[in-house]
Amino acid sequence: MRAALRAFVVKEVHHILRDRQTLTILLLMPLVQVVLFGFALRSDVRDIRVAFVDPSPDHATIALRNRFAATHRFQVVATSANTHGLEPLFQRGAADIAIIFPPDFAAQLQSGEPARLLLASDASDPNTGTAMQGYARAVIVAQEAEWAPAAPRITVESRMRFNPTLESVNLFVPGLIALVLTLVSALMTAISLSREKERGTLEVLFVSPLRPWQIILGKVLPYLALAFANVLTALAAAWIVFRVPFQGSLVLLLFASTVYAVISLGIGVVIAAHTTSQRAAMLGTLLGTMLPSTLLSGMVFPIASMPAPLAVVSNIVPARWFIVITRGIMLKGVGVTYLWRELLVLGVMMLVLMLLATRSFKPRLA
Amino acid sequence: MTAIAVRGLTRRFGNFTAVNGISFDVGAGEVFGFLGANGAGKTTAIRMLVGLLAPSAGEATVAGFDVRTQAEDVRRNIGYMSQRFSLYGDLTVRENITLYGSIYGLTRAAIAERTTTLLQALALTQQSDALVGSLPLGWKQKLAFSVALVHSPRIVFLDEPTGGVDPITRRQFWELIYSAAAAGTTVFVTTHYMDEAEYCDRVSIMVDGRIAALGTPRALKEQFAAPSIDEVFVRLARPVAESSA
Repeated sequence: MRAALRAFVVKEVHHILRDRQTLTILLLMPLVQVVLFGFALRSDVRDIRVAFVDPSPDHATIALRNRFAATHRFQVVATSANTHGLEPLFQRGAADIAIIFPPDFAAQLQSGEPARLLLASDASDPNTGTAMQGYARAVIVAQEAEWAPAAPRITVESRMRFNPTLESVNLFVPGLIALVLTLVSALMTAISLSREKERGTLEVLFVSPLRPWQIILGKVLPYLALAFANVLTALAAAWIVFRVPFQGSLVLLLFASTVYAVISLGIGVVIAAHTTSQRAAMLGTLLGTMLPSTLLSGMVFPIASMPAPLAVVSNIVPARWFIVITRGIMLKGVGVTYLWRELLVLGVMMLVLMLLATRSFKPRLA
Repeated sequence: MTAIAVRGLTRRFGNFTAVNGISFDVGAGEVFGFLGANGAGKTTAIRMLVGLLAPSAGEATVAGFDVRTQAEDVRRNIGYMSQRFSLYGDLTVRENITLYGSIYGLTRAAIAERTTTLLQALALTQQSDALVGSLPLGWKQKLAFSVALVHSPRIVFLDEPTGGVDPITRRQFWELIYSAAAAGTTVFVTTHYMDEAEYCDRVSIMVDGRIAALGTPRALKEQFAAPSIDEVFVRLARPVAESSA
């Protein structure tokens, strides 16, 4: 019986290896996605055009302005004594961010009271806006440290929420791993199983002594290997191209990825069992896994800002839990002590889906 | 010895009775033709016998095993060639044989030996490493038949095995069927070609979920005073066709 399973796995590997086009796409996908998402969704913008409003220039304001001018990231487009000219600058899109000094900046600094400073940024793209403010703050903090290493003495006010992670790509890569795994595992299993259904070969397998679980396992194992390769490619691409840090345990990440891949594979099997054509299976998988994994997982839109009903629904999306784990491991370097709840949820989901998958593939169709 | 014994086998789908209490026996080594118009219930009956569909009522044993309770033993002892081409086009001839050989628990040595004899019998030795998808349809069908027999089953079920192939290939295909039967394999075959029915040891004709006639081709022709099985078939099937029209 082991030999039968092995022969079945070999067959699946042949299917995968002989379909060169699909295989190439699958192998390159994590690379392309990391690079595309990384560059396209980067909110760490360069060439930020900054406008200064400096009613009474003194040594402190000039030092800070010079510091901005000296960075590669900022480009000074205007310096004026009052705020009248700001609005047109923003409207024309000639400035991305404005730094507004009080009239007595140097005096405030010397008095020992925190000196106040206002940052205003173009909020048409909130992500970019937050990132630009972050960079501006970084410059201000650097200047502050030079003046007084002891305590921060400049209070920066801004109209925008502070984004703690400046590098948006860091947030996307963990999400992308979920997306790639979903795509390879769920979609490819669903397609490959429904293809056998469509062609009638599944019927012959059902008449053979192979048990349903062996058929499912034989289908799933090769794709699990492919999913592993994809996770490693995505991680390598993220590190090589974007220097995305990897703080935690690779073993734990691969373990969680395996659990998540099995869940996705199970979903693919269930979808294939309930659809009659490859096309339906493909659309079903896209609708049933890809959309929720992208939109409801917190990968693109934070769950905290979702309407309450959607936030509740997001709990049944496996990617929502998996992304917490990948982000935790990669960015914060936390381990099982912090992530056990998410791992437990995924574990339960895996058991349920494995049960559903074997159940849904009963050969005797009533 | 009886290879297949069917008693009052019935299958209902909702209000529709696809197979309505059929009973028959097939002897070991017999070539049994299972005929019927489209929708007469042939495929439903075959699916129950090979364990793909649970019967609603009645009993059936295949190779001595109950299809309801001993489905696994049934599976081990039968070969099945479905209406649709059931080999993998993106695997080679050899790989397909190896796959099914392994699924049916043959040892490596047995598989190697079977592969050699099978390729020689089909004159496919040259093409053993060609993808099955690249073979002409007739060869594919003959290969599918041989693969269904790879584990030397006691009974082989063939669901319209010669659909869409040319007359010469059909003749060759029947030679394969005869040599399998001569080796002791029971052949249960459905077909639409009435000339093929003449080749069978016995035929049954299903009409509207029931078996309307059963016997040797010669006996049936005498019973209905018809020159051919084709004529017998048309006479039996016509009343149904008219009433449903």
